[in-house]
Amino acid sequence: MLRFILHRLLQAIPVLLVVVTATFFLIRLAPGGPFSADKAVAPEVLHALEARYRLDQPLSAQYLSYLGDLLRGDFGPSFRYPGRSVDEMIFTGLPATAELGLYALLISLLLGTAAGVIAALRPNSAQDYVPMSAAMIGICLPSFLLGPLLILVFGIWLDWLPVSGWGNVPGDKLLPALTLAAGYTAYVARLSRGGMLEVLAQDYIRTARAKGLPEWLVVCKHGLRGGLIPVVAFAGPAFAGLLSGSFVVETIFQIPGLGRFYVQAAFNRDYTMIMGTTIFFAVLIVAFNLLADIAAVWLNPRLRQQYRKPAA
Amino acid sequence: MALLEVEDLSVWFHTRNGVVRAVEQVSFSVDAGETLAIVGESGSGKSVCCYSLLGLVPMPPGRIESGRARFAGRDLLRLAPRQLRAVRGNQIATICQDPMTCLNPFLSLGEQLMEPLLQHRKVSRRAARAQALELLEEVGIADAGRRFGAYPHEFSGGMRQRVMIAMALIAEPKLLIADEPTTALDVTIQAQILRLIAEIQARRNLGVIFVSHDLAVVADIADHILVMQDGRVVERGAPRTLFRDPQHPYTRKLLAASRRGRKAAPPPPQREPVIGIEGLRTWFSAPGGRTVKAVDDVSLTLYRNEILGVVGESGSGKSTLGRSILQLVKPTAGSVRLGGTELTRLNESALRPLRRHLQMIFQDPYASLNPRMSVFDALAEPLRYHRLASRRDVTAQVLALMDDVGLPRSAIRKYPHEFSGGQRQRIAIGRALATRPEVVVADEPVSALDVTIPAQILDLILALVARHNLSLIFISHDLSVVRYLCDRVLVLHRGKAVESGATEELWAAPQAAYTRELLAAAPRLD
Repeated sequence: MLRFILHRLLQAIPVLLVVVTATFFLIRLAPGGPFSADKAVAPEVLHALEARYRLDQPLSAQYLSYLGDLLRGDFGPSFRYPGRSVDEMIFTGLPATAELGLYALLISLLLGTAAGVIAALRPNSAQDYVPMSAAMIGICLPSFLLGPLLILVFGIWLDWLPVSGWGNVPGDKLLPALTLAAGYTAYVARLSRGGMLEVLAQDYIRTARAKGLPEWLVVCKHGLRGGLIPVVAFAGPAFAGLLSGSFVVETIFQIPGLGRFYVQAAFNRDYTMIMGTTIFFAVLIVAFNLLADIAAVWLNPRLRQQYRKPAA
Repeated sequence: MALLEVEDLSVWFHTRNGVVRAVEQVSFSVDAGETLAIVGESGSGKSVCCYSLLGLVPMPPGRIESGRARFAGRDLLRLAPRQLRAVRGNQIATICQDPMTCLNPFLSLGEQLMEPLLQHRKVSRRAARAQALELLEEVGIADAGRRFGAYPHEFSGGMRQRVMIAMALIAEPKLLIADEPTTALDVTIQAQILRLIAEIQARRNLGVIFVSHDLAVVADIADHILVMQDGRVVERGAPRTLFRDPQHPYTRKLLAASRRGRKAAPPPPQREPVIGIEGLRTWFSAPGGRTVKAVDDVSLTLYRNEILGVVGESGSGKSTLGRSILQLVKPTAGSVRLGGTELTRLNESALRPLRRHLQMIFQDPYASLNPRMSVFDALAEPLRYHRLASRRDVTAQVLALMDDVGLPRSAIRKYPHEFSGGQRQRIAIGRALATRPEVVVADEPVSALDVTIPAQILDLILALVARHNLSLIFISHDLSVVRYLCDRVLVLHRGKAVESGATEELWAAPQAAYTRELLAAAPRLD
């Protein structure tokens, strides 16, 4: 198992290098630069700024010195927010985004799995069609529509929950988490339905019934483990997606998270900030994929044995 | 009073394409200590008949249309789900065909073994574990304590079936339903499992319903036999009378399938070698740095117009041998000479024109035919590739091939799914013969087919070998088929050739201990 993890970590190095290189050159290909915005700046000032941020050097030199900084864990200074480093900004935004993502992940796993399993128990009946149709709507509704809709219903008409904010009023975290979770919940529901349908048709489920086990034990003990493998494989990349994709929700609900920095940085051509957040999200995606794979191996005894140390 | 008395049982499936009458007015009874065998081909309703008694047939689409099933003073068909659950695994237990798919791959064997006890008896886990260990020893699993936490994939097929049997017996049922319990096993293992079931039955005075497609398997163990066809019982009786004097034509057909004779024609006198194999080794490296010697130092010569049988259990290397001869797997060492050419030294592009002479027929005609290619496409492709047919006469050649393998000419545009298993195997045989090969390797070509079908395919193979002067290597685990078809036999055991010789001589006087064991284990109708 340790060898498997080590192997995967080594594989991540070239992946990250490609991400760093591609992002570095792509954003510099985009028209405009960090200081070419709004009002005209005196040429001397511009030169001074470019010299300060090493933008006057040739591209290859910039690239190499950036890589060097990166190895020391230094994402560099932000171009747009003088005096603040990218590291610092990522870690200010991260807690809110991570918390939001975690809630959304929990909601989507719990709700999605429950809906999928219920649907799979009686395929092609109302018990199947109702949750699956809801899931379809969940996939189709973009969060910039669902968010305001939820605010309108629960925040304004019913006046049950606050319409925005993060951690100021009790309950203000519920609506953003739900909005972010909706699409993922729907996806988890469809995955778990498919997985469960396949598993419930297996001979060993009939064996479990033939033993006289009650239906809930048949489903929960004999069915869930195999049926949820696709969900587990999806959960890793999904969490990374929740973290990096929360920009819209953060904007709607006025949450001081990472997603907003990310998008603003792109608009501002804040090179170091774009690089920093992209690399940070890339690392997250690699890490959570690895976690999902480890969980899948742990769930499946056959894979587990494969990665065990060869018996002497 | 009988242990189980079933009267007038009918189970229908109400599907979108109409009603399928899976079981029609079936009646039977089983006493304690007695074995009832239900025999028929797949689709005859024998399994549905048993599973419907326990409410294990999916409903809908299944529905019990009529009948009574008296067991311990109650009618099983009229019990509430909760009451029926109390019977399942407790008073009536089941063993299924393939212990690989019937055991949960995600749970340890010990856990699965204890479940019926924990469910039906008020026992602690510790007591259940103790009882499970005791039972594992009884079904012949050594070192049960250490293997309690093992998972199904860590056991061999025979061992898994032993665990399955232990699982069925753990709550001490009165009736055991065994659904083809030995079909997925090798002959020697089959013999062991049949003996085990018989021993346990005698010790515990169990009633047993034994479902099988093979009359030879149930010959020794059944007290009564029920022959089913298309959901109906067509004949019933004690084995002796049934075998001696079968009334229904279907029973006769089943008997003929289990009672294959010896090869009719004597081996051809002139001996012209076609392919020579010398010291062939095919080794694979397995995880953990081990080496699997799938084929280990096998030598043989195949003559023109000859059928050589290769027999052995699963894992004996017989399929790998076949593939190594055809260079579908690169042998590790040794020589394979076709005519004057050493095949093992050729690379893929040099081999390609020679592939014309080396063809293969696979076991499963469902998997080996491309579902998106019609009969014409499948048969025309090799003809075109090897330039054996011009654009103008390709259709004529395909039709000639279809005549040759007994497919109706009208089927030329049809796709594999429109055919039965036997017809598909005819397509596969036609595809192999299209290039007019010299050597054909047939890897278990009839073992995926239903009981009464193999006879037709075997006769087709015999006719084709004679007509086209073929040399055939016939790989099989079924000894009766090999005896019927082959001139010579090679016995493989763990990759090594333990014995070879003319078929009837080998049957009459097997030399190697392993051959004797294999022949003794094969079920026979005498």
